[in-house]
Amino acid sequence: MIELLWSIFDITLVLLLLTLAWTTCSTQDVKRAVTLFIAMGLLLAIVWARLKAPDLALAEAVIGAGISGALLLSAIKDYPATTMVSHRSSLIEGIINSLTLALTILMSWAVWHGLNMSDGIRLSEQVFSQLPVSGVSNPVTAVLLNYRAYDTLLELAVVLTAVLTVLTLNEKRADYESSSPLLQGMTRWLVPLLVVTSGYLLWVGAHAPGGAFQAGAMLAAAMILLQLAYPSRRPEFNNYLLKILLVIGIFTFVLVGLWMMSLNDDFLAFTPAWAGTLILIIETAATVSIATALTLAYLGGRPRGWEGTGREDTNRTSRSITENGGAG
Amino acid sequence: MISEQLLYSLAGIGLFGIGLRATLLHHMLLPRLLALNVCGAGVFLIFIAIAYGGIEVMADPVPHALVLTGIVVAVSATAMALALGRRLEALNDE
Repeated sequence: MIELLWSIFDITLVLLLLTLAWTTCSTQDVKRAVTLFIAMGLLLAIVWARLKAPDLALAEAVIGAGISGALLLSAIKDYPATTMVSHRSSLIEGIINSLTLALTILMSWAVWHGLNMSDGIRLSEQVFSQLPVSGVSNPVTAVLLNYRAYDTLLELAVVLTAVLTVLTLNEKRADYESSSPLLQGMTRWLVPLLVVTSGYLLWVGAHAPGGAFQAGAMLAAAMILLQLAYPSRRPEFNNYLLKILLVIGIFTFVLVGLWMMSLNDDFLAFTPAWAGTLILIIETAATVSIATALTLAYLGGRPRGWEGTGREDTNRTSRSITENGGAG
Repeated sequence: MISEQLLYSLAGIGLFGIGLRATLLHHMLLPRLLALNVCGAGVFLIFIAIAYGGIEVMADPVPHALVLTGIVVAVSATAMALALGRRLEALNDE
């Protein structure tokens, strides 16, 4: 009976997911497509929870649905046309359809064949056997920040590169109009809650689902919410500080890696006794960097006065100072 | 257990197919990006479905870590593509 209920749940979930994906990809209205995409992200979070991947469920809900959604929604207004008519000729469309179908069938066969073979060597046994010396008890955090710390370091580098590209290409988007007092009131309650939750996720990542990425994204969500609720009253960030925050994650990571190299002859080979502390230090720095990076990515470009040495910028700043002086 | 793995893997392949088709069909950047993200979600789903080992067994954490990395990289890549598109749009307007 229970198994039948699970099967019904699974099939409903999968059908919903596929329907949402199909409508996201085929609807003619960009705004609707983005909204459906956000809904699909939330549904995916449920799928991750169902497949016993709570770390992913958290990450998907915050990053996949939340931050991506905010990013895409704010990008809609960059494009003049809101409809997305496809102009491919019917021949090309036929070729694309048949090739995609062929690839899908081939992949289905491969997966079916693969699952029916004997369960090969799983890395999970090695993960669990080394868990006591990894410094944390959440296996996903152990993989991310101990066994495969190199990958995570390079991932932070990827995030940094992407954000640097965003900052190089554009100025920040124009602010939204002042928002309603309702949103401002809610923000006053939500932002402290988000900051506390972010800290909790960071701390709890050592022994339960959570970690630097979820915490960083949560912090970025708080910043985006503040930006939306108080578009005009944004305090002038010290841009020098902002630049430091952007790179502090990768800097700390490399520094710890080099320190461990001097002790253990291998880059990022943690001494088991200190592993827990070192991972927490790296994760804290990474959280700050990820939050800064995602917030800047949402803004879509350089905030005011980013290039401190640029001549144009200095002029603008000095002019605004004189204007302010004149007004005062 | 194998049937759940199979069901969710096939769903992942379905997402991949739907996303790939739409990526190739669309002209505009934003719908293409959405389709590409759907495509990526399909790949993530295949990974996690294969990592799943049943309701009592702990799932394989290695693919989980890979997909967590993937989600963060996907959102960074999306932000970068949007910035490139916006710059192109600005250049076309001039």
